Amino acid sequence: MKKTGIYGALSTIGLMAGLAGSATAQEDTFKIGIITFLSGQAAESFGVPALNGGKLLIDMMNKGDALPAPYNTKGFGGLNIEYVVVDEAGGATKQVQEFRNLVQREEVDAVLGYVSSGDCLAVPPVADELKAFTILYDCGTPRVFEDGKFEYVFRTAAHATMDNISLARYLKSRNFDVPSYAGLNQDYAFGQDSWADFTASMKQIYPDAEIKTALFPKFGAGQYGTEISALLREKPALVHSSNWGGDLQGFLIQATARGLDKRSQLVLSAGDHVIPQLQDKMPDGIFLGARGVNGLAAYARGGELKELTDTMWDAYEAEYGVFPVQAPFRMWQALFGLKTAVEKAMADNGGKKPSDEELVAAMKGLEWDAPSGHIEMALADGHQAIQPNAIGTTKWNADAGKMELVDVEYYAARCVNPPEGVLAADWIAQGFPGAECD
Amino acid sequence: MDLLATIVVDGLIYAGWLFIVSLGLTLVFGVLNILNIAHGSLYAIGAYASASLVGAYFAVGGDAFPYGSYAALILAAVLVAVVLGPLLERGLLRYFYGRDEVLNVLVTYAVFLILEDVMKLIWGVNPYFVYEPYTLLGDVEIGPLFYVGYDFAVIAAAIVVGLAVWLTLNRTQIGKVVLAVIHDAEMSQTMGVNVQRIYLGAFTAGAFLAALGGALTAPMISVTPGLGANVIIVAFAVVIIGGLGSVPGAAIGALMVGISRAASVHLLPEAELFIVYFVMAIVLMFRPEGLFAKTKARKI
Repeated sequence: MKKTGIYGALSTIGLMAGLAGSATAQEDTFKIGIITFLSGQAAESFGVPALNGGKLLIDMMNKGDALPAPYNTKGFGGLNIEYVVVDEAGGATKQVQEFRNLVQREEVDAVLGYVSSGDCLAVPPVADELKAFTILYDCGTPRVFEDGKFEYVFRTAAHATMDNISLARYLKSRNFDVPSYAGLNQDYAFGQDSWADFTASMKQIYPDAEIKTALFPKFGAGQYGTEISALLREKPALVHSSNWGGDLQGFLIQATARGLDKRSQLVLSAGDHVIPQLQDKMPDGIFLGARGVNGLAAYARGGELKELTDTMWDAYEAEYGVFPVQAPFRMWQALFGLKTAVEKAMADNGGKKPSDEELVAAMKGLEWDAPSGHIEMALADGHQAIQPNAIGTTKWNADAGKMELVDVEYYAARCVNPPEGVLAADWIAQGFPGAECD
Repeated sequence: MDLLATIVVDGLIYAGWLFIVSLGLTLVFGVLNILNIAHGSLYAIGAYASASLVGAYFAVGGDAFPYGSYAALILAAVLVAVVLGPLLERGLLRYFYGRDEVLNVLVTYAVFLILEDVMKLIWGVNPYFVYEPYTLLGDVEIGPLFYVGYDFAVIAAAIVVGLAVWLTLNRTQIGKVVLAVIHDAEMSQTMGVNVQRIYLGAFTAGAFLAALGGALTAPMISVTPGLGANVIIVAFAVVIIGGLGSVPGAAIGALMVGISRAASVHLLPEAELFIVYFVMAIVLMFRPEGLFAKTKARKI
């Protein structure tokens, strides 16, 4: 990482005063700045599970023999992994400052963070300005690389478009009749974008389906009684929602109490993370996505990645007493990608700790395996990942006392993600040209 | 006709919940002349406390008599009020009486921020659930729709607390003393009224109503951090429409917000957020002090 004059001086003063702690970069360690929500609404659903998953995986990587091949080497190419954690709460302006602090004062070797799309849009220009290697591990907006071009920034998770294309494909593959549908999504960028992607996909796959109503209660509304009445009155064949966290939990509690799940099929594009809290209060028969082959969909998949997935699943359950949902999976795929990139860069530079530029070169177009599937940095000139996705149906197993995902359909990355050089919205509007669905 | 009935029922359910919260806010402003931003935190703490208490109730065998969980909900609100009411009023707010209203807003905003973190320290960031009381009262069928009986219990609770506050203020001796303090605290003090005690009682009652709103909401939501911020904004809209410090105003304001919001969700969902503040703007155009605020004589 680069250290400019004034910050270098401040850092030195800090060290002299004994305040800078372990700020000095060392050649035998690789220091990551992890930024995720530790407070606010997204903390419980995404931030804390992701951080827990990240801490667990870093510990396993540092042990060296806790993971199956090819990840059974110590740390990153022998470098011990250290991390500092920053709370993502506070808005984009604060996060830009926190980013500068991590790069210039903490001298981290890589920044790995951001759940909020707003933060993901604000930080990349600063990352390029500081020439700081940065991974966006979670946020969903396609705009990061569709509207911009960044050299030092990579997103290791697919953007959110695939969530809703997959839902529409799932309905078709299950021969679900959709004469009409409705939506209830949070009134902010993710909710609006998700509904736009879903309606555009439905227009291609179910051109005759009628939209009954589109509801956008404010973020954190809590009370959905009126919206549920509107949905009950309209009687759509299905109700789409990208709600998450407390909003989704509240909606499900109130909707099931009034029988909405019996009248309309509920389809939730990002809803797996509420299962550990709701348990049997989560209705059976919901069509459920997890923004990737994450959580229960990954556990049910088997195949070549079973050993890696089971290793992480068991370790997470043992450590935290709950199964991992989508957020730790996205953190894991970022860390496995970073490990692969660092070790590739070290192989290319003779085993030295890589510079930011060497990391950028290694990460571009990289492919690696993670519990969520085979990840390819296939879009935005090798800066944006594509990954497989899965949709399943919830079913409570009363004997085992746990929720299961049944009738799971897995979609190849190139079936639900646009090809290089095509905007996601255009790809959907054109009828998914070039989609590679098995 | 079905649609009209649905809008009215949905509006009443929303208004009932909103009235309980707004009543506490307007009561505190009416007596103490403080716009209490921390009211939202008291609401959230009420929700957390009730989730914990109801959870504990079922953990110690409450399944045998699940209706006892309603007592736990109310007890939670009482506990929050008797602990936090005096603590905030005696420990902090009394030092700011008579100071600029803006300063009081800033002080209560600071309390709001502190309490948000206190909640995280006590309850963490994971959600709390207490579904049982929500479904105990069964369903109510109105036209083609099913409603949860609990929603109508909240309306009943709103009517009870509204009447209780109004009757206390207007039909009891202590109520007349409170009204005297509202009218002129200095004069009341010279007449022998213990104004400090009135302030303490009014703030604690306001805290109880905030916590009761949270406690009654807890069974239908997932109780998570940040709960109080959304409530306080819409509660402000209600008391501004009705007139700060007016009990009937809070009732009418809650009804106007509830019905107009329900109509918007059913007829023009894009305007759901807009409509609440549109109604507020229209009221303020014609009644800048709100519908029921009394015109104040200027003190010289």
